[in-house]
Amino acid sequence: MAPVLQLKSITKRFPGVLANDHIDLTLQQGEILALLGENGAGKTTLMNILYGLYQPDEGEIWVREKKISVHSPTDAIRAGIGMVHQHFMLIPVFTVTENVMLGEESLRYGDFLDRPKAAARIREISTKYGLEVDPDTYIRDLPVGVQQRVEIIKLLYREADILIFDEPTAVLTPQEADELFEIMRLLVKQGKSIIFITHKLREVLEVADRIMVIRRGAVVGETTPKDADREKLAAMMVGRAVNLEVEKESATPGDVVLEVRDLEVANDQKQIMVEGVSFEIRAGEILGLAGVQGNGQTELVDAITGMRRPTSGSIRLLGETVTYATPRKFTEMGSAHVPEDRQKDGLVLSFSIADNLILNTYYKEPFARGVIRQEKAILANAERLIEQFDVRTPGPLIHVGALSGGNQQKVIVARELSRPIKLLVASQPTRGLDVGSIEYIHSQIVKKRDEGCAVLVASSELDEIMELSDRIAVMYRGKIIAIVNAGEVTKQEVGLLMAGVQIDLTDAGRKKGRVKVESTF
Amino acid sequence: MAEIIVHRKVEEITPRRKYTIAVVLLLIAGLMTGLFVVTASHDAFTTFGLTPGGITRGSVPDLVLPTLEVLIGLTVLVGLAGIYQLFKGFGRFTNLVLGLSFFLFIFALLIWTASGKSLNLGGLLKGSLLLAVPIALGALSGVMSERSGVVNIAIEGMMLMGAMTGALFGSITKNFWIGLGTALLAGLLMAAIHAVLSIKYKVDQIISGTVINIFGAGLSSFISSKFMQTYEYLNNPPIFPRVPIPVLADIPFLGPIFFNNNIFVYVLMILLIVMQIALFQTRWGLRLRSVGEHPKAADTLGINVIRTRYMAVLLSGLIAGFGGAYFTLGSIGRFEELMTAGKGFIGLASMIFGNWSPVGAVSASLLFGFFENLGPSLSLLGSKIPNQFTSMLPYIATMVILAGVVGRGQVPAADGVPYEKE
Repeated sequence: MAPVLQLKSITKRFPGVLANDHIDLTLQQGEILALLGENGAGKTTLMNILYGLYQPDEGEIWVREKKISVHSPTDAIRAGIGMVHQHFMLIPVFTVTENVMLGEESLRYGDFLDRPKAAARIREISTKYGLEVDPDTYIRDLPVGVQQRVEIIKLLYREADILIFDEPTAVLTPQEADELFEIMRLLVKQGKSIIFITHKLREVLEVADRIMVIRRGAVVGETTPKDADREKLAAMMVGRAVNLEVEKESATPGDVVLEVRDLEVANDQKQIMVEGVSFEIRAGEILGLAGVQGNGQTELVDAITGMRRPTSGSIRLLGETVTYATPRKFTEMGSAHVPEDRQKDGLVLSFSIADNLILNTYYKEPFARGVIRQEKAILANAERLIEQFDVRTPGPLIHVGALSGGNQQKVIVARELSRPIKLLVASQPTRGLDVGSIEYIHSQIVKKRDEGCAVLVASSELDEIMELSDRIAVMYRGKIIAIVNAGEVTKQEVGLLMAGVQIDLTDAGRKKGRVKVESTF
Repeated sequence: MAEIIVHRKVEEITPRRKYTIAVVLLLIAGLMTGLFVVTASHDAFTTFGLTPGGITRGSVPDLVLPTLEVLIGLTVLVGLAGIYQLFKGFGRFTNLVLGLSFFLFIFALLIWTASGKSLNLGGLLKGSLLLAVPIALGALSGVMSERSGVVNIAIEGMMLMGAMTGALFGSITKNFWIGLGTALLAGLLMAAIHAVLSIKYKVDQIISGTVINIFGAGLSSFISSKFMQTYEYLNNPPIFPRVPIPVLADIPFLGPIFFNNNIFVYVLMILLIVMQIALFQTRWGLRLRSVGEHPKAADTLGINVIRTRYMAVLLSGLIAGFGGAYFTLGSIGRFEELMTAGKGFIGLASMIFGNWSPVGAVSASLLFGFFENLGPSLSLLGSKIPNQFTSMLPYIATMVILAGVVGRGQVPAADGVPYEKE
């Protein structure tokens, strides 16, 4: 059968970078093709070319054996190409209907919007593809998983039959990801063809029919899930053998470092996101905070780092009450924070690496004497940390915004871990990072634990939680619904807890519940 | 199926806020007692004229109220509200009650000031409306531009230029239509500069707006002082006459205030309705708003962000130019330097207060117009309050409104952010 889509020798150069180097790609009708590669490998650039957001320097795009030129998303949509973007292209203050119809509105009486008609069409698509959503709700009131469904509906509404999914699981829970895979399989069964961009090995093996691996802008190989495994794919992706397991000894917990009692925290909209949460972390252990995004982890982490004032409850750090303390107080008491949003809360993007490395110590010796900055000490510090933490940069005075995500994160980790600390709070420490950086940051976190630091890792990546944690606390709707020892639970069980399913974790209960747990996956 | 999580909210009205507002209400009641009730004379009557002067259609008889009795009634009402707030609380209606009490206070102030005399309430309201016209047009101009994601603080400058050219060409041709046309053109040209600077060259929109304001003030003042103040025939445009609307103008009380005006008031009313419907019910409005909220999303759906923004800013300029023409061709009949006197900026405040919606923005403008008119009306009656204080009213109202009420508004998410296609 003729391919639905062919990319021939696509090349794209950015100043100083060859983002796509003569890439050839063929997509057959009814298949899921996975495009695997590290961040910055050029996957997204390639897809943006296909979607008309960038113009290629060389190469051709063929759809159904016809050469087309794509100068804008409109051209792509016309050719039946649709894209679910990594960062959703949805307008929070618009309803589902308005978001879906935008650009292709149903009209009546001239230019007036025919919302009921569009809504009916959306319901029709919902039923056909199992994408349940209420057309009249506002996007801002929907959970991320449902928002993604709206994105898919947007494409189907435009009758796209080549669907591009750009890192679609980055924001989803394991359950939501599994649901998405179901939807993807249903879509190809109905005749659609899918390109699935990702850097997650598990997903590729699970859902793809064919796998194409891209490294540094060029295709390095093609395989199928049958012929590949995680190790092999990782090696293709990175270009060297990668250790996927976190190596760590069992923990030897010491004294209580952080003690949280009955904490209640509200978000900016004054909604109570954390409700009656109590836990403690001891020196020398890693507590993993698992949970679907938006269940209060962000607010909890904000509260125990001084960035958000709790509405009630108490926080004690090293025996001292710090419930309403400022971030600086936390820092000075030996607490380190790797924030969830590294560009917003972790770095000043327009400052140099050197300055970012002293953001929380700049006022102290040796970086300042009185009010005078000590440039020599600041530079020496930067050079030492860049070396020690393997930050890839032309020099310490480059502004942080110019670095890749992985290197930005290394700058934060370098700043926080190079101080003598008693508590490390790391939120989504490896989000959006490549395999190599993840490996490195995980090893650094374990090293801190072994030095006797208490560690809290909040992550929506269940794999990360399972591999790093000594104990796991699961948050659901603002409450910690279980704290379990990592060695004693399976990934499936934690996944269920994240979805709010109360399960019996005793051996007896396990035996009874075993069948049910397995059937869920 | 993923369900929607509904979070319990922290109480909007904290106990402290609840008691503070109770105290404020009781203070207002106290103030009304101390200032008005105690000093009001017995047996005095307050007369309210309900028809603006000079209009006969739709006139109604005067309203005569016993001063002291009404004052006591109003004071008791506010006092009771305070007591209720202290013990039970109005909950989510708290702000509304506070606002109403404030208005009762103003009403009491009017009754007390006009005790034994006659105050033309119809005239006061009509005057407020006329003062609100340029503010409201400025506010609508802002809504148009900012809904597409371009901050437009240049409305003041656009209005000044509109006012100046309107007067100049209206005088030369002795035709207010031509004057109006040139005023619109002036607004459009100023807006074009703003659009090119902020959309094409991605200049900071506040700076671009400020530049245009300074340019507009400078150029209009220069032309005015060099030519228009020297040669009287260059500064004597005809004014749009008042045109009563058949039937509507005969509605008692409302007719004379709203439907016996010149074209500016009617265009404002039509513009308000058209904008409100167009923005929220048509394809045009949906696309315009999408560009102001999430230009990248709009772009991926094939909507031309740049063209949409140009259109919105140019329309914004037309509205501002029209608002400027009101000064010279709709009310005063000559141009004076800097005669817009900050109306464009108060328009922007109204836009924010009105939550970037046409109806909200115009309502806020009416409020500002009322406060602006209140001071002079009171001093005309020989109020014992020094007029320096009463003329502060509109500005105090601006500050209180911006500080106290705004903050929860829905700013278009991409307002002020230039769009870059990467």
